[in-house]
Formats: sequence, structure tokens, C-alpha cells
Amino acid sequence: MSRHDVVVVGAGMAGLTAAVRLAEGGATVLVLAKGVGATHLSPATIDVLGYAPDRVDRPLEALAAFAERHPGHPYGVVGAAGVAAAVPWFAERFADGPLAPYAYTGTADENLLLPTAVGVLRPSAVVPETMAGGDLRDGGEVCVVGFRALKDFHPRLAADNLSRHPGVTARGIELDCVPEGRVDVNALGFARAFDDAAFRKDVVARVAGRLHAEERVAFPAVLGIADPHAVWSELQDRLGRPVFEIPTLPPSVPGMRVFATLRERLRRAGSRVVLNNVVTGAEHRGGTVTGVRARVGLRDVVHGADWVVLATGGFASGGVELDSRWAGREVALGLPVAGIPAPGEERFGPAYFGEHPMARAGVAVDADQRPVGADGARVFDNVLVAGATLAGAEPWREKSGEGISLATGHRAAGLILDAAGSAQRSAVAATEG
Amino acid sequence: MTAHDHHDVLGTLMRDSLDHCVKCTICETFCPVSNVTPLFPGPKYVGPQAERFRVPADESPDDSLDYCSGCGICTQVCPQGVHIAEINTQARAKLRERTGFKLRDRIIARPDLTGRLGTPAAGLANRTLRSRPLRLVAERVLGIDHRAAVPSFAGRTFQAWAKGRTSPPAQRRVAYFHGCGANWYEPDSGQRTVELLEWLGCQVDVPRGQSCCGLPLQSNGMFGAARKYVRRMARALAPAARQGIDLVGTSTSCTLMLKREAREILGMDEDPDLRVVSDNMYDICEYLVMLHERGELRTDFRPLPLTVTYHAPCQQQGHGVGKPALDLMALVPGLRVIENDATCCGIAGTYGLKREKFDIAMDVGKGLFAQIGDARPDLAVCDSETCRWHIEQATGVKTVHPVEVLHRAAGLS
Repeated sequence: MSRHDVVVVGAGMAGLTAAVRLAEGGATVLVLAKGVGATHLSPATIDVLGYAPDRVDRPLEALAAFAERHPGHPYGVVGAAGVAAAVPWFAERFADGPLAPYAYTGTADENLLLPTAVGVLRPSAVVPETMAGGDLRDGGEVCVVGFRALKDFHPRLAADNLSRHPGVTARGIELDCVPEGRVDVNALGFARAFDDAAFRKDVVARVAGRLHAEERVAFPAVLGIADPHAVWSELQDRLGRPVFEIPTLPPSVPGMRVFATLRERLRRAGSRVVLNNVVTGAEHRGGTVTGVRARVGLRDVVHGADWVVLATGGFASGGVELDSRWAGREVALGLPVAGIPAPGEERFGPAYFGEHPMARAGVAVDADQRPVGADGARVFDNVLVAGATLAGAEPWREKSGEGISLATGHRAAGLILDAAGSAQRSAVAATEG
Repeated sequence: MTAHDHHDVLGTLMRDSLDHCVKCTICETFCPVSNVTPLFPGPKYVGPQAERFRVPADESPDDSLDYCSGCGICTQVCPQGVHIAEINTQARAKLRERTGFKLRDRIIARPDLTGRLGTPAAGLANRTLRSRPLRLVAERVLGIDHRAAVPSFAGRTFQAWAKGRTSPPAQRRVAYFHGCGANWYEPDSGQRTVELLEWLGCQVDVPRGQSCCGLPLQSNGMFGAARKYVRRMARALAPAARQGIDLVGTSTSCTLMLKREAREILGMDEDPDLRVVSDNMYDICEYLVMLHERGELRTDFRPLPLTVTYHAPCQQQGHGVGKPALDLMALVPGLRVIENDATCCGIAGTYGLKREKFDIAMDVGKGLFAQIGDARPDLAVCDSETCRWHIEQATGVKTVHPVEVLHRAAGLS
């Protein structure tokens, strides 16, 4: 049995955040995951709070009142201070990360309004530098450039919808350039092409003469995977105006940049992610977990741990399941699931984008992110829960998903480092005394 | 818990895992082949999507799955637990049954046969393999790319060496699964493994009757022959396993084959010999790290002032045990290890030998080769033999198994 200070279960935003902070804080960390997490599917903007239920302009200010109105919400656990601490920490990971000088910009104090791929303006707080130029709070003229070969990104559709926002004038143009030798190309294929100077030159040549004087230029978020800062800067220089990325449907290139950065930080700190480990339960003595059981191929193994961070995601990622009798189950450690509407109560609302009480189901935690049962008592003393596994949020409606994952993952790591540090200090004091 | 609790990965349920695909495209972003060639549309299309259209009596809707290298990375990264690579390997076998097996594939899928034939006449055989004109003929006639790295015959076998010696008795007994690679092509590496294990305090049995584990046959779609090979190998290793002796192998793809793939892909879960072999099979680095975690590994290695790169081959990653070779090499004082960040070197067993695939294999490996070149290492380290041959040929850097590094650090060479 291997032994680690911390086993983190899940390799999405919350799990990687917790793991990196722990490893950089000196802990030995093992990240176990069934597969790669949702970073690859995420626009990779840090949405802290977008709607509550009206659009939020200043998320950090709005957090306290929001948490008060939503008892049991993860933001009530981490507080505005938890968010305020996590955001700069995240941005700093990029500063000397593998993709530097690619950077994040913005603060949790105010939301930008960035276009989606269908031309809706979405509030988001902290974003890749390559997206910040798309902030249309004050309106503006936008030329959305797309590629015929890139599925699911339609510049004219995005532009038509953008033009419906007051103060925004947008038009779309579609280019016919295909990365060399390719037939069916996804976002990553285009990102690799953009890493190539010849492809960039071709794109610039096709766009440059067609722009109006005041227009800024939007591209799908495919501006480079190896060195996105260089690609984006060069396009701005050559086109002589702001250029920005609009997130695409999966695979998300900006999400892959987050994954690459956090995974590399983790590796440098001496820890790693091990995939194809499906965690199936906890070994425990009373309320203390001593290790996690995992299924690896056809074999079962136990990974010993002093601490466990559970960050397997919610219903969408399979971290939480619902059976045909409406009983919820947290799949990795078998923790109780809270918030499942009782028989007779409303489970789903009639509107797709409306309120769905079921979405708030998840693992309930106490103030220290320990899982609790229906009676409010802790299930395990050394398990902390982070990210979309947590009960109480409706991240799609609130536009709070990454903010919750980042803040709860960051804080879980901090709580463990503090506890381990004070245990060490009392051990030292005991020896000295 | 026994393997009977793992029914979701065995039998028809493995294929049914395709229903878990949510089209998230994560596998596509990692697929080393589809990222360098349009000939392979990627694991999502060829796997869970095309599989829906493959019905037993009908032809496969699409032959592009022949370009899947079988590296298995798609299965490793899938967050939904879809057994993409395994589904594709099974579908490829059905495709080949229809289209027929090339003479080339029949040859390269039987490294034991070529080993048996080449060993007595190693000098001549090696000159043939190194002769450009003859390789060009082989390319024309058989379709084996003349530039592809092929092993040399050692001219002697590891089994002959092992037969002539007895391992000193020790409390811990392990049985060495050497397979065909160490036997006919790299007997030195087999010897070093035995010497290292003995230095580490193990009594090493070398079960007789070992040949090839059947992996190349499986990869080339010849499931019937592959099953015969698996059965024969399992019969050779099962007696040791039944005595509670751990089985340790140095060929990481072959240990994975007997541990997992033969049960999953060839559907041989009911074979009692294979079951006991599978349950007791360890890749050597995995095994040594396990001993280390229990505080039972001798670690008085001598300093080795070298710089090495380490590439964890895709098949090693299929074990799901992290990168134990790195943990072991970290125990060697003075050794500087640079971890490569690459998923696959391109060769994928026999894939890169094929004329129509050699260039793809080189493109897949390009990033890895550049990393190794930039590091200017004394040695490159990698757990799989075909990868080592491919990497060495592409980079000109001598490429060794982690055991060779530990063997040196143990003062044995």
C-alpha cells in the first residue's frame, strides 16, 4: 500500500487546484482520477458569480448577501475571503508556468461581459488575457472571424446575436483556410495550426484588408496551445487592434492550457496525476479515513492517506449518482447526498434554463468542508470536499462553477496545510517540552 | 474483492461501455495518431461512434480503424470509463478477419518464431536486417518499412543462460516473466534483471517454456493465434503463481497483456491459468516500488553521475500505477533524471514497422525525440523494448530499461 500525506480524488479544476496548493505547500500528494477532468470542456474563465438572480456587476461585493440568501451554498462555506484569496493564487500559477507569459487578468471585484460562441454576453470575472479584449460592457464594434472547417463555431450567428446587445455592432466573416493536410479539424487542430507562423501569416493576410477602422477582432479560442501569448500578441500587432478569443464547444483549448499549467506545476512540486484509478471506497477507523480503495484495471488497490480531498464533480461528471428510486449516492467514498427533493416536491423546473432544485443536490459539508450527514454530524474528520460535488449550488444559472471549484479546492488545501502545520508544531513543542 | 466484481469491463459489458460516451472529445485531444494524420479520424469516431454501426453480420462501416495504433491512451484519459482502445482492437480483429491477414503481419506478430529462426544464424540474420538493399526488398515484398528499427538477434538465448545457473535461496521468491524480447533479442537485459533482483534479496525462478505472450498477434487482429499464445504462456507461469510466488516482468506491454488485456480484449477471463497469472503479475518497476513502500527495498545504490531522460511508454501508463521508474531512479544518488512529457513514441509495438505507418510513427514521436535531443542525455530510459529500439534509432541516444540504470547503481555493471 502506498502512503501519501493527501490523496486527491478527481483531476478537474477543484482537484488540481487543491493538489497543486498542497504539493507546493510541501505535502506529498497523489491525484487519482478515472480520467481527465472537465478542464478540457470548460471555457476556462473564472466565473465567480454572474446572476443572483439578476446580473451581477461586482461579484465579490455580492457574495455575502448571496450566501445568506442561499443557506448551504458553497460560497457560504468559503466566504468572500476564500474567493478573494483563491483568485490571485490561481493567476500566479501561470506566472512562471509552462505557458508563461500567458496570463490571467481581471479580479473578483468586477465582472466583464464576454461573448459566447452564440453571441450572448456572459458575465465573468477572471479570464485569460486572450479573452479580456472581448469585454463589451461599453459596447463596441466587433468582427467575428471563423473558419468553415471548424465545426460548431458560426461567426455570422455569433455576430447577429451580438448586434442585438445595445451599443454592439458586429459582423462575421468565415475563412476557408484549413490546417495543412487536415480534413476534419477540431479546436485543438486549429490551435496547433496557429502555433505555426505560416498559418498565422495566411490568416492575417486574409483578414487584414477586410476590417473596419474601429473594429476589434474575435477568433474562436484556438489561438495557440504551445505558446498562446505569442500567437495572440502577434495577431494584435499585425492587425493593429485588439484581438480576443471566444470560447468554443469542446475540446476547449483554453481549458487545456489550464490543465497543462496545473499538471506541470504539480509535477514540478513532486506529485502527479494517476489516471484509470476508480476510487470505490474508503478504508477507515471510525471517523478517520486511513486510505482509499481504487479499482485499477482488474485489480483493487489501497492508497494510504492522512487526508483525502474529494473533488469528483457532481451529476454531470458522475461524482454523484441518482438511482431509479431517487436515492442519491456519492460514488467514490459513499458519502451521504443532501438536497434531493423529497417525494412530492419539485425536482426539475419546466424551463431548460430555469431553476432545477435537483441541481443543488450534492455532498453537504460543515464550515471546515468536512462531509456531514442529515443530522449535521461529520462523516469523516480527514476528508474535505471541493468543487461540483458540493451541495447547494446551481452553477449553470449562477455562473459560479469555476469560482466554486477554485475557491473550495484552494481552501481545502489551506485547511489541510494549516492542520498539518499545527500538528507538526505541537509535535515539536512536545519534544522540546 | 475478486475479478468477478469487475463485470463492467469484461465480456459484452466492455463493449457496452460505449453508451457512456458523452462526446466530450477528451480522447481526441490526447490521441497521438489523429493529431498527426488525417488518415485516422480519432478514437471518438472510430470507437464509440462507429461501433454502433458495426453489426456482427455486416462489414465495418469504416476501415480507418486500421490506423489506430492501439496505444490505449484514449481509454486512459476517458472520464466516463469508455474502453475505447479495447473496443477498437476487437473491431480491428473483425475487420482483418474479413480483409485477410497480410503475410507481413503474420511474421511481425510472431517475434518468437523470428527469434527461433534467426538465433542460430544470428550473424547472417543481423547482416540481412542491416542491409539496405535487402531491407528495400523486404519493404517492396512484405511492406516492412526499410527505415524502421528492428532488433538484433543475440545469437544465444536468455533461457540457455538461466538453465545453467541456480538462484541463491532467499526469503523472497519471484518468478521472472522474460517473454520473447529478453530471450532472443536482449538476453543481457534478462540477465541484468535476474542479477538486480538477486542483489535486492530475491530468489529468482525462471519458469521454463516461456515464449511470446501473444500481444503482437492481438494487436494485429489474429485473436485465435493470440489466445493460443496466451494459454501457453499462462500454463508456463501459473505453477509459480499458484505457489504464491509473485510474477515480475520487464516488458511493460507484455505484463499488461497478461495482467489485463488478454482477459479484457481476448475474452479469456475463464482461463484458470490466466486468472492466477493475471492476479500475481507485476511490472518490475511497479513491484520494486511496492517493496519500497513496504520498507523492504534495499536502497544502498552507489552514485551514478549521469543525466538520463525518462519516457513512460503508453503501455506502461496502461497499468495505472503512475511512473514507478521515476520513483526508483530518484533513489540513485547523483543521477539526474529529466522526465519527458510525451504520450507515445509512435512505434506502438509493430505499428511503426509497417510501410504505410512508419512516417506516422515518426511524426507521433517527433516531440519526444526533440525533448531527448535537447536534453543531451547520457542515456534515454524507457520500459518497453520496441519503444527503446524506435527511440534509439530516431535520436541516436542509447536507450535502456530502468533496470539497466539500477543494475549500474547497484554496482553490478
